[in-house]
Amino acid sequence: MFRFIVRRLLQLIPTLFGLSVLLFIWLRRLPGGPETAILGERGTPETRAAIRRNLGLDEPILVQYARFLRRMIRLDLGTSTGTKRAVTTEFVERFPGTVELTVMALILAVGIGIPLGYLAARRRGRFLDHASVGGSLVGICIPVFFLAYVLKAIFAENLGWFPSSGRQDPTIGATRVTNFFVLDGIMTREWDAAADALWHLVLPGVALASIPLAIIVRITRASVLEVLNEDFVRTAEAKGLTERTVRRRHVLRNAMLPVATSIGLQAGLLLSGAVLTETVFAFSGIGAFVAESISQRDYPVLMGFIMIIAVVYVLVNLLVDLSYSVIDPRVRVR
Amino acid sequence: MALLEVDDLSVTFARRGQRTVHAVDGVSFSVDTGEVVGLVGESGCGKSVTSLAIMGLLPKQPGLRVGGKAVFDGNDLLQLDDRSRRDIRGRDVAMIFQDPLSSLNPVIPIGLQVTEVLARHRGMKGEAAAKEAADLLDRVGIPDPRRRLKEYPHQLSGGMRQRALIAMAVACQPRLLIADEPTTALDVTIQAQILELLKDLVRDSGTALVMITHDLGVVAGMCDTINVLYAGRVVETATRRPLFRQPRHPYTEGLLGSVPRLDAGRGERLNPIPGSVRDLLPWPDGCAFAPRCARRVDACVGEPPELVLTHDARSYRCVNPVPVPGLTPEADARATAPTTTEPGAVPAQAEPADPPAVPGSGPAPREEETP
Repeated sequence: MFRFIVRRLLQLIPTLFGLSVLLFIWLRRLPGGPETAILGERGTPETRAAIRRNLGLDEPILVQYARFLRRMIRLDLGTSTGTKRAVTTEFVERFPGTVELTVMALILAVGIGIPLGYLAARRRGRFLDHASVGGSLVGICIPVFFLAYVLKAIFAENLGWFPSSGRQDPTIGATRVTNFFVLDGIMTREWDAAADALWHLVLPGVALASIPLAIIVRITRASVLEVLNEDFVRTAEAKGLTERTVRRRHVLRNAMLPVATSIGLQAGLLLSGAVLTETVFAFSGIGAFVAESISQRDYPVLMGFIMIIAVVYVLVNLLVDLSYSVIDPRVRVR
Repeated sequence: MALLEVDDLSVTFARRGQRTVHAVDGVSFSVDTGEVVGLVGESGCGKSVTSLAIMGLLPKQPGLRVGGKAVFDGNDLLQLDDRSRRDIRGRDVAMIFQDPLSSLNPVIPIGLQVTEVLARHRGMKGEAAAKEAADLLDRVGIPDPRRRLKEYPHQLSGGMRQRALIAMAVACQPRLLIADEPTTALDVTIQAQILELLKDLVRDSGTALVMITHDLGVVAGMCDTINVLYAGRVVETATRRPLFRQPRHPYTEGLLGSVPRLDAGRGERLNPIPGSVRDLLPWPDGCAFAPRCARRVDACVGEPPELVLTHDARSYRCVNPVPVPGLTPEADARATAPTTTEPGAVPAQAEPADPPAVPGSGPAPREEETP
């Protein structure tokens, strides 16, 4: 088990190296550059050249890449050309928000999706089944930003049940430790701060959860239907076990493998794709910042972000593989 | 009264836009305490569906209808609610399935799969349950049971898996065990071991056993009474020796005749039953076996053959049965009024409804009635 984890983590190194080479070449091939973003169309060739020199972009690409690698080893991602702050600082401030939002969305999607998918399978062909399958189709089809606006209009602006923007009410004056606001509140025992941060997560969390929820409902349903036909479920029934035991021990556990895979994929997607939701709810996560960096040709930020997402994907997939071995002894890792 | 009395059991699957399938069509048989009863027939004859219907394990689906009765110990299993059925399953009536690998849950250890029965029906927990489970595995011949309890099905051999399934089935000392082709997925040497094990368990515990199989060898070695099924009906019922010596139904005869024999001469060919089980006549239109039957006569088609009871407690459903040497041939009887023949009215073989009066044995029961 331990060796498996170490091996997978070591695989990160060649992955990141290859990725960085590709990114370095691709990003610099994009038309325009940071000097255009800064100066607009009006800059003279001289000022453009000055800016490029300033940012170190006038040197040969190999030299630039060597410098990038040297910094990477010290976990230094350079300085944002847009905000002039260290990229790591920006990420430390913004990434926790997106992580919190992703976790919230996943909890909602898994917490609702698995039971709903199970029930739909058990009541196959009846109302609940049709409703959840139809509902999940709608969930997949509705664009997230539209749902986000609708939720915001109804529950924040009309009913006033939830805050309409931000991560926390600034008047609470919460202490910052990790920048995970909910976690900070719990760690510092500022319960009101934790609750307020959690409250801010609900609406964007629901909006973000809609697609993964729909996917998890469908995968769970299909998987449960398949397992219900397995011989060992019949054996369990023949033993006279209660429906509850049959469901938990024999059906759900075996049905979870494909669901675990899809949860892993969803987690990666959510972390990198919460841009629209974050924008609608003025939620200071990483999404909006990265979107801005793209138009700014902010190479250090983009490089750093994509590398971090790659690391996250590898880690999440590692977790998924580990969960496999917990669920299914046949794929137990060595 | 018999332990299990199956009476006119029928299972039909109706699908919209498709012909209704009568998987089981009026099956009746009974099982006494401690008796080993065989249900024999080729694939698709309704053996497994019969057992699943009795256990209430047929997958719930629209269009499924189960009729008739299956009275176990005074309760009609088909009428019980889900809860009482679950109470009986595994405790009083247990079942062993065909494919031991797919019948075991791949993701939980063998131990839990045994102890969950003990916990459910015998309220055993923790160490007591683990000890009992180890004893059970030991009893079914699994070596090193303590270690096996922690293992998963994929770590066991095929024979071991079937033994483990048997251990789960006998965990609560059920009064009736239904074994649905328990040896089909195993290789021959293991088959013999498993049959031996089942025989021992039945002998030691007095459990009644319903053995569902297509394998006449299994039947010959184990069963007291044998029911031969064809197209969802029992076509012949007899005890073991008479059935093998003098099959009456042409289908039974065909089954016996199609078994390859080691002492057959070189170059001798097998005698298969012509046609396939799909070439059947719907029962209401006559004998379902008629299209494949070598002894077919005109009376076979038109009306379903009545059940004929004979003197040695056998019964068959045929208007032109295989004649028994030494007995008056019934050729005339079937030619005249075959389908209306009442049980007991068959010439030369009819058994009197009452046992012959033996002088001197009459007064005995009357004495008990005197105050």
